[in-house]
Order: sequence, then structure tokens, then C-alpha cells
Amino acid sequence: MSKTIDIMSLYPKDMNIYGDSGNVLTIRRRLELYGYEPVIHQYNQGDGWPEHVDMILGGGGQDTGQKKIIDDFYMRADLLRRLAADGVPMLMICGLYQLFGEYFETVDGTRLEGIGIIGAYTVGQDVRMIGNLVEHSSQFGDVIGYENHSGQTFLRDGVQPLGTVDAEGRGNNGKDHTEGARVNNVIGTYMHGSLLPKNPAISDFLITTAATRRYGSFDTASQTKDQAAELARLDRVADNARKIAAARPR
Amino acid sequence: MMFATPAIGKLVRAASRITKHGGSAFPGKIMETIDPGFLTRTLAQLPYGVVLVSGTNGKTTTTRMVASMLSDLGLKVFTNPTGSNFVRGVVSALLNEVSLSGRLDADIAVLELDEAYAVHFVKQVKPRYALLLNVMRDQLDRFGEIDTTAKLLSHVAETTTGTVVLNREDPRIAALAAKVPADTQVKYFGLAENLKHYFPSDDDMATTVSVEGNAVAVGSAAANHASVIADAVPAGRKHALPADVTLTAVGDHEATFGMDGQTYSTAVKLEGVYNLYNAAAALAVVRAVMADASAQSKAAANARACAVSADELIAAVSRVTPAFGRGEVINVNGSPVELLLVKNPMGFRLSLASFSPADADTMIIINDQYADGRDMSWLWDVDFTSLRQSGVGMVSGVRAWDMALRLGYDQVPVEHVNTDTEQAVTAFVNANPGTRKHIYCTYTAMLKTRAVLGRITEVSDAGVGR
Repeated sequence: MSKTIDIMSLYPKDMNIYGDSGNVLTIRRRLELYGYEPVIHQYNQGDGWPEHVDMILGGGGQDTGQKKIIDDFYMRADLLRRLAADGVPMLMICGLYQLFGEYFETVDGTRLEGIGIIGAYTVGQDVRMIGNLVEHSSQFGDVIGYENHSGQTFLRDGVQPLGTVDAEGRGNNGKDHTEGARVNNVIGTYMHGSLLPKNPAISDFLITTAATRRYGSFDTASQTKDQAAELARLDRVADNARKIAAARPR
Repeated sequence: MMFATPAIGKLVRAASRITKHGGSAFPGKIMETIDPGFLTRTLAQLPYGVVLVSGTNGKTTTTRMVASMLSDLGLKVFTNPTGSNFVRGVVSALLNEVSLSGRLDADIAVLELDEAYAVHFVKQVKPRYALLLNVMRDQLDRFGEIDTTAKLLSHVAETTTGTVVLNREDPRIAALAAKVPADTQVKYFGLAENLKHYFPSDDDMATTVSVEGNAVAVGSAAANHASVIADAVPAGRKHALPADVTLTAVGDHEATFGMDGQTYSTAVKLEGVYNLYNAAAALAVVRAVMADASAQSKAAANARACAVSADELIAAVSRVTPAFGRGEVINVNGSPVELLLVKNPMGFRLSLASFSPADADTMIIINDQYADGRDMSWLWDVDFTSLRQSGVGMVSGVRAWDMALRLGYDQVPVEHVNTDTEQAVTAFVNANPGTRKHIYCTYTAMLKTRAVLGRITEVSDAGVGR
């Protein structure tokens, strides 16, 4: 008797720029291999909100994409804030990470309000921070991915970053060696890549948190031997991919 | 001084060849410094001007088609060789062709330009024709965003003096009609309704996840691209954009094109549905050139370029051969080995849809050098489930493990992973003699693969070196 987990892919039509859909695919496949039954809800502006939401995954978008979703996003802001406060695990990449913060101010001074789930604000700059990136997280070990953003994000006092980066000119703002943010079970980050396939520790944090919230615990009682073997195989492949990615030039 | 510079440039070019400096840009760089007016002056001599081809996917193939068709129809064509789609590359190629007095013996130039370099190019040379193919997510680590790429191409649309030919089915390209100057014509190439599913637009990329399995869409999330086009195209051009050339049917080495309400079917040497659409694009710009050439020659009482019939245009399409890495087949020990260049998600998707994996062995080689793109995110925008049945025999390249991971999450079985491309290619092509092989590779992986195959069998120099 497998247990259902409801995953929401937030604005996949307009906020999915650098392979962020790989995150959804990874969560879905891993849940299957753990013996759960994932259901993916693609939520775009104007759609109805599903009855159950155990996890929310959101990606990056272009300026035009942000404009298209913003009214709907503000309309769903209270709901998203409540779910975040309730401990629903969420992963917000790039554009939606910025909009989960307090505001985004562009180079020409235009200000776009965020929904304030993450105590952070973003200002535009002319230089993009682009390249392979490794960050260090006490909870997840090394997080490996690729950043590509022009906004500089600054965390408010007391807000935890997802991890730290070794050099300047990369991460949240290129200055303070932080990358991403962590509030409750909400993770915000600039890491594309896609993030989750090469970082199974974060995938499993999102999965176990979602399962525990819904069913009281995470268990693999329904997992078959083949599924366990396949999951172990995927993680060995991920490990090889991580080693190479970490050694590549920026 | 003015007439001496081509001589200096040619000398530099010859010297750089002898010293194996190799890079096609080096002589161009010298010329830019000592004679910055060379490009503008040389191309200004051309009686039929310059055709500029740009866009994310299909530039090389389409440029080659346009050049081949125009020569076929009797024009002397100058074109830049594969891989030199930047301004200095064009200058270097020109140096090879001009006489010592600076004359270029050609009627027209057909130039492929990378989106970013096209902006620099049009500052120096206003093209008479522009063919803008598509904007897809490709090399986003260089340009930032797709909309930024579209903006780059809008500079081309703004500076074209004769005819701008646009892809009607790409909303970002069709919207560029608004940027075209009043005196410049706008023409479109398009697809019949029943072929549109072969060519999802970039905005359909979000659907990798929903194509199969448990995806549940809540409410009506169907993308309506028609409305995007209608919004983006200025009033007056808004209703049912008529295409000058439409691809109406495709078959095995067969295509049907619609022009002026008539349909024309022909055999083609090209592989893959996307190349047939590129042929429609090439046809549209060639039609525009030949119509002008005919008007011009009537005025000048010159018989060479008289009006060209639709049948002659179609015959010219049928004679176009595939370009490097675009369905090139190399015979290795009795196995036909097909090299397929992949450089962005849409190109990869179209290739997978065009070449059936049944009865063939599949290999994928992914590098992450600058020319390939450093970011591996794009692999997650490609749907590989069509390979689930056949599996993939070999995965290689610097980022072989990223590729293997991608295939793993799409539940595609992988036999071998080997980051050493030389070993991997050799083992792959020698296995199962007689069986057709498909090798999907990124740009630098393609160069490497051709070099490895060149040691095993005869590989033609496709204008890029080995």
C-alpha cells in the first residue's frame, strides 16, 4: 500500500529557465524508488490550487516570465506564507528565490515586491555572476551546481544561508561569501544545474520532511529490493558527476 | 594604402597557416587593426548585397542551403566557412577571396553570424537580407536570457535594408516584425498546422516533466502560443500572418512546400524534420533575393538572373547536401556512423525525434568547453524517454557522468560510461559491425570524434579541420 505525496511545481510554464524541471523529475523518481506514489501538480497562473500540497518546487524565470506570474503570485502570497510557516518543504531557485524575499530592485530603480518568506532583498547589478559553483553546507555537505544571475541578494541579520562559498564574486552577492537561504523548511538558492539530481542530500531532506509532515514518519516499507538497488546506482552516478563538476573551471 | 592592405592581410593569413597558428580569426584581427574599413568597403561592392543568417538553431545548415541554392540559380556566392560565424572570422574568410586590389569576385555574400556578433556586424555592414530562424535556450551562460538573445536579433531586423525573413512559428522572432524599418519588406516562413508538434517553441520546455507518468495539470494550463504571437505582432500585420513559404508535409527524404497557394513535393538529401524546416527558411530568403535580382537585371538589361520559377527553386532545394555534424554519415568498418551535433535542448529534442533509435546503436558525448557551454542544466530540458526501449550503448565526454545521471532519471539503460572520448568512440564504432550508429555530440566532442574516426577511416574535411 504505497503512500501518496503531492508535489507542486510552481509556475513551470514561465519560471523554469535552466533545467529547473530536472528538480521535479528527481523528486518524482526518488519518491517512486522509496516506495511512495508521487503526484505532480503543475500550477500556473489562473489554475486551481490542489487539495494537498506536501512540497513546492519553483524555478527561475526571465523578466517577462516574472511579469506574467506576478499578479497571481501576490494573490497566492498569504497561502504560500502560511504553508512555509507550517513547515512545508520548498525549494525556490533563482527568480522565485528572489521573489520569496522582501523585494527586488533593478538597476534602473524599479522595485518589485517579494512576498517576504525569506528575510532577504535583492538589488540588480550590471555584471552577471555566472559559472560552476561549489558551496559548503553544514547540513548537506558540499552543494554542487551552476549559478547564473545578475541580482545581488543580501540576507537580513539572523537569516541562515544555504551554504558558504570560498571566493568573492560568486554566491548571493559576490561579497559576503553566502549562497542561498534557509528559513524553516524553505530553501532558496541560485544553484541551477539542475540542483537536485547532483545533490541527493537536499532531495532526501525535502522528501523525508514532506513524508514526515503528511504521515508522521518517513519509511521505506513499500520499497522493493530492485528499487533500493536502482536508487543506490543513481547515487553512485551522481557521486561521479559531482566529483567532475566540482573540478571544472568556473 | 587602401589597396595595399588586402596584400598585408593575405600575407598574415598565409604566414599564420604556415606557422600552424590555425585559428581562423588571427588574420582578421590584424586587418581590423590596420584597416578597420576593410569589411564595409569589400562587402559594399556586392551587387546583390549581404544575406545575414542568425538564430539559435540551424544557422550553419541554413546558410549552407541558401548559398548552395543561390549558386545553383546562377549567382556567384561568397560565404563564411563553418565555425567562423563571428566578425573576424568573416574578415579572415574575405581575405582569402579578395584580389590584391581588394576586389571580391562575387554577386552576393551569405553570412552566418552568431547572435552576439551579428550586432557588431550590422554596425559595420547593413545587410540587404536577414533570415532570423529562432531563439532557443542555448549558451544562456553567455547571453543571459532568451529575451536578451531576441534583443540582439532585433538590431539585425532594425538595420536590414531590403527584406527580413522571419520564422512565423517562433513568437519571439515573429515579434521582430515590429522592429523592421518601414521601407524594408517582412516575409515569413511557416509550418502547416499538422507539423507544428515537431517543433515545440522554447516556452514548451517546461513540459519535460509532464510528458508521461503521474503528471496532473490543475485547471487549464495549456499554453496558447497563437495568442502570444497575436499580442506581439503589431496591428496591420496581426491577422493570419501569411507565410511566403510553408513546409506542408514531410516524408523519408521527401518534403512538400507551399508557395503562393501551390504545393511542390521534392526528394531531398537532408536528414531530419528540422532540416526540412530550415529548407523552407532558405527557400523564403532565396525567393526574395531572386525576385530582386530579376527586377535589377531587367533594369540593367542583364540576362543572367532572369525570373526564377518555383520549380527551379524546388530543384535547387533538392540538390542541397547535409552540412558537417548535421546528419553527416561516415562509414566505419561497414557500419554507417551518423554524427549529430547537439548544442541546446531544442536541437537535441529535434534530433532525437528525427533519428529513430530502433535498429541503431546510440552514443552520447557531452563536453563542457566554452564552445559547448559550461552549464549542464540544458540536459534536463531534453526528454530522453524515447531512448528507453533501445538504451544507450556508450556515454562519453568530460561530462559523461552528468549525462549518465540525466539518462538514469529518465530510466534509460546505459551500457558503458567512459570519460575518455578516444577510447569510447573507438570501442563504440567497432562494436556490432554493420549496425547503424548514432553519435550525438556537443561541438568540441564532434571535433574530437571526427579526429578519432579520421584515424580509422576516411573523413572528409567539412571546412572545420579535423
